[in-house]
Amino acid sequence: MPDPSLANAPSIEEHLEIFRKMVVVRRLEEALREMHRQGKTRGPIHCCDGQEAVGVAATAMLRPTDLLTSTHRGHANYVGKGLSTRAIVAEIFGRATGCCGGRAGHMLVADIDHGLIGGNAIVGAGIPAATGMAAAIQLKKLDDVAMCIFGDGAAQTGICHEAMNIAALWALPVVFVLEHNAYGLTVAAEKQSSIETLSVRAAGYGMPGVTIDGNDAVVVYRTIADAVARARRGEGPSLVECRTYRMTGFSTSDMGGYQSADEMAAWADKDPIRRTWDVLAAEVGAARLDALTAEAEAEVRDAFETALSDPFPVFEPHPASNPHSVALS
Amino acid sequence: MTSLRYAEALNRALREEMTRDPMVWLFGEDIATYGGVFKVTKDLLGEFGPGRVRDTPISEQTLTAMAVTAAMAGTRPVLEIMYADFLPLSIDALVNQAGVFDYIWGGQVSIPMVLRTQGGGGAGAGAQHSKSLDAFVAHIPGLKVVAPATPADAYGLLKAAIRDPNPVIVLEHKLLYNLRGEVPEDGGLIEIGRARTAREGRDVSIFATSRMVHLSLEAAEKLAAEGIEAEVIDLRSLRPLDVGAIVASVAKTHHAVVVNEGWRFCGYGAELSATIMEQAFDDLDAPVERVGAMDVAIPYSEPLEKTVLPDVEAIMAAVRRARR
Repeated sequence: MPDPSLANAPSIEEHLEIFRKMVVVRRLEEALREMHRQGKTRGPIHCCDGQEAVGVAATAMLRPTDLLTSTHRGHANYVGKGLSTRAIVAEIFGRATGCCGGRAGHMLVADIDHGLIGGNAIVGAGIPAATGMAAAIQLKKLDDVAMCIFGDGAAQTGICHEAMNIAALWALPVVFVLEHNAYGLTVAAEKQSSIETLSVRAAGYGMPGVTIDGNDAVVVYRTIADAVARARRGEGPSLVECRTYRMTGFSTSDMGGYQSADEMAAWADKDPIRRTWDVLAAEVGAARLDALTAEAEAEVRDAFETALSDPFPVFEPHPASNPHSVALS
Repeated sequence: MTSLRYAEALNRALREEMTRDPMVWLFGEDIATYGGVFKVTKDLLGEFGPGRVRDTPISEQTLTAMAVTAAMAGTRPVLEIMYADFLPLSIDALVNQAGVFDYIWGGQVSIPMVLRTQGGGGAGAGAQHSKSLDAFVAHIPGLKVVAPATPADAYGLLKAAIRDPNPVIVLEHKLLYNLRGEVPEDGGLIEIGRARTAREGRDVSIFATSRMVHLSLEAAEKLAAEGIEAEVIDLRSLRPLDVGAIVASVAKTHHAVVVNEGWRFCGYGAELSATIMEQAFDDLDAPVERVGAMDVAIPYSEPLEKTVLPDVEAIMAAVRRARR
């Protein structure tokens, strides 16, 4: 079992950065929802409102060369892994300056320089994807790790089983971070699995598994850091189930009606940003946190202003990667 | 030149590429200790060790997805999927992952993976081990698909596939593994996307893939006795398709027959036929004739299987229709 020891705690500076990034994600998503209401977004937007501690704190100790697979709900992973907010926003608005030149959109963001490869909107696909990257890391004899952040919905796929079996069998350097937000689209977790605590499945693969409070950024950081260190030592994969809650629906098209008011109120009380504020305010004072919040808000505001005036891409065929049925010269 | 069986030619290609590039590695079901159910990976475990030649659990969906990302992450995986009939298990990783991310991520990653598999009927292997699903994979933008018909092509195309920066599907044929032929000693890479003229002829062009090339050659010899000289073009690469070679041959013969072992309906032959109509219509003196498997599950019993699969007589009949 990962044993969160004090040695794995984030430094104050790391903790402050986790806080700042969580605020960036929250403000980014608030702005996206507002733009959606105004009819200015394209396609569905999947927010991780209330889940920011998982995506940000779980990736806070990673190197740029550590490889991360994300989901269709990856804003916190994108920001956590260090992508520029402007490039993320430009991608979401389909601009040429987006991190994938506008081809990917908000669900499939990737940035190889930051080791994010990448968002994935086939539920569960990130699990074997990270496992394959870990196989490459092992073959190259590096001490990098691959991390997969996936949801409780993805945990029910067949490829989740296949990939975890292989990862443990080959002692691959991969960390499985189960971001359990209680719903797969609209279907509650208890209607998708006969067990409540999914991390017990780890025992079936012979790897450590633990369930933690996913809305406590320090607990997330410490537990994941231990799993990352284990993977770097070549001791194989771990499963960390982070319990959290999706506050704003599966996407901007969610019409609601399946989450109880009591349940939402209870989780609102566990808001990860407010909890991190409380812990940090005692350490560094509220003024420092106010300043960081203002900095994060300015970063998001600037990103939207710049990205929305950036140019759209022009379609260009990609002959090297898109062989097509025409005569070769 | 050395005389090798098709399976040996593939084995030699793997060995040479693994020797040349330490990032080339093999994985798949029964490929290491046993050397593969068709012995294509024979002895490679002993030569390259368990890190680079890996037996796997029966997990085709995940294995294919892993090949995609292991390639993105800087290695050159060669995955064996034991039967082409299992490709539907691989399809998500091919159609939603392998074919997507080079383009969608703006060229940030390349995906130099190879998926080797074998298909085709005629061995009494039944409905789930006898199909040609060429059209399934050839349909996907971002992939390349090759189907060698000879030991030399098996060798040269597999080597080219391993060196290619794109995902390449290598479609082998179970009835070709024992076919013997000359394989060049000089490295012998074959450019993906080039067809090969297997037989020259002036009266009709037969465009064929994989084992159907050999059946078409046999048909051509028999037709010669009737005074029809058929040209047989071995397409070798299903995607990209050598449209230039097709157009040039039709311009010479003015008659076209397409032969693919897969199901006819929405099959690979339909793409060939449409391409000829689009690109060479003015040169055609007759409609394109299409030969493929009957649209039914491949049955087990020998007379039933023979009826369903295309054979020499079916190709000859199509040529006669085209020449009528």
